[in-house]
Amino acid sequence: MSWLQLDKLELTEGDIRIIDAITLKVGAGRTVILGPNGAGKSTLLRLMHGLLRPSAGKVLWPQALTQGMVFQRPVMLRTTVLANVAYGLTLQGIGTEERRQRALSALARVGLADFAARPARRLSGGEQQRVALARVWALEPQVLFLDEPTASLDPASSREVERIIREIAGTGTRIVMTTHNLGQARRIAEEVIYLEAGRMLEQSPATTFFKQPQTAAARCFLQEEIP
Amino acid sequence: MHEMTTSLALAGELLARGDSQLLAIVLLSLRVSLSATLLACLIGLPLGALLAVGRFPGRRTLIVLTNGLMGLPPVVVGLLVYLLLSRAGPFGQFGLLFTPAAMVIAQTILIVPIVAALARQVIEDAWREYREQLRSLGASRIRSARTLLWDGRFSLTTAGLAGFGRAVAEVGAVMIVGGNIDGVTRVMTTTIALETSKGDLPLALALGLILISVVLLINIAAFLLRQWAERRWG
Repeated sequence: MSWLQLDKLELTEGDIRIIDAITLKVGAGRTVILGPNGAGKSTLLRLMHGLLRPSAGKVLWPQALTQGMVFQRPVMLRTTVLANVAYGLTLQGIGTEERRQRALSALARVGLADFAARPARRLSGGEQQRVALARVWALEPQVLFLDEPTASLDPASSREVERIIREIAGTGTRIVMTTHNLGQARRIAEEVIYLEAGRMLEQSPATTFFKQPQTAAARCFLQEEIP
Repeated sequence: MHEMTTSLALAGELLARGDSQLLAIVLLSLRVSLSATLLACLIGLPLGALLAVGRFPGRRTLIVLTNGLMGLPPVVVGLLVYLLLSRAGPFGQFGLLFTPAAMVIAQTILIVPIVAALARQVIEDAWREYREQLRSLGASRIRSARTLLWDGRFSLTTAGLAGFGRAVAEVGAVMIVGGNIDGVTRVMTTTIALETSKGDLPLALALGLILISVVLLINIAAFLLRQWAERRWG
């Protein structure tokens, strides 16, 4: 059962086709989008999430699902960690007490319970990314998009963020993420979508993709990237 | 050079003595210009934020307009407010002409464009960074504007200070709508203009020095506050 369908999706800017006629169905619980720089991975994620409007084609949601997104660079408001996590709940009109409880519990789940009162912007990059994950987790989205969530983090922070992502996925939230870390892709992906130059070249179960990529381009990509 | 030292001495003497007339003038200056700054911020900050994040017809025109109006000549604003408040004018019935209230109105009009234009710049830069995150969390544009105003509160002090600096230093508008009435609407700048034309240069210069010191002190206070805030909140 697919819960997200793209139908001849296109995004052009001037003469450049950033996304070129992508048709696919996403049905897996954990999907990883792979491809070289400039392939259009982040753009595709933004189109799916609705942050960008396609030039042509459609993004279809067979059933309405709540969505959230985590970006490569976390955006922290100039306030406390707790207020940052509660912000999304405020936007949903959730009352003060419930907001506080849910924000605190989300912070505990990302291992930052003791950081609630700290100014969010003074945290390290890795800690900020975990706050961003707590912020979106507190909303309990049914779909979570992640755009290279560990790209600017050191290995330890990377591992911690990855653990949190797997835990979120474990609660039944569907994950779609882009990454440059092939090891991470192997550990997380159930299904892989391979993009190059705005086109989808391959969509296969992760085990197939990493063992026997169907296209020469994907084979080449897997060989060149450091695992 | 001689006059400079004389006036410095006089300024010190006036201040040390706590000259009540001088104090009244300085306090009225501050009261009028701080009130105008407060009002201008209440109008200009939201306006600037909406210009930064909003999408409505005429937005670009409004941006150019606020930028252009930053250079409004005070005498023209004074004349305009004078016409509006004079007995025959549309708001003549309120009897505001030649009162501090009229001066506040004139200075507010003068500096709203400054506050709005500078706020727009600050908020627009932040919007570029925050836009996707705020949209993803489900914030409307109005809500985003509110969030960005709060988030940029320390940077936005610059907009308020620029407005205050302009208000407290201008003479044309308050002269016309206030009338420079001794003990009622006489402020620092109008006193300086008056004393200069009377030939009492030391007093004029002394007042000028006080005016500069006041502006400087307020800016130093704001600078320190902002520095503390940036260390605290990042």
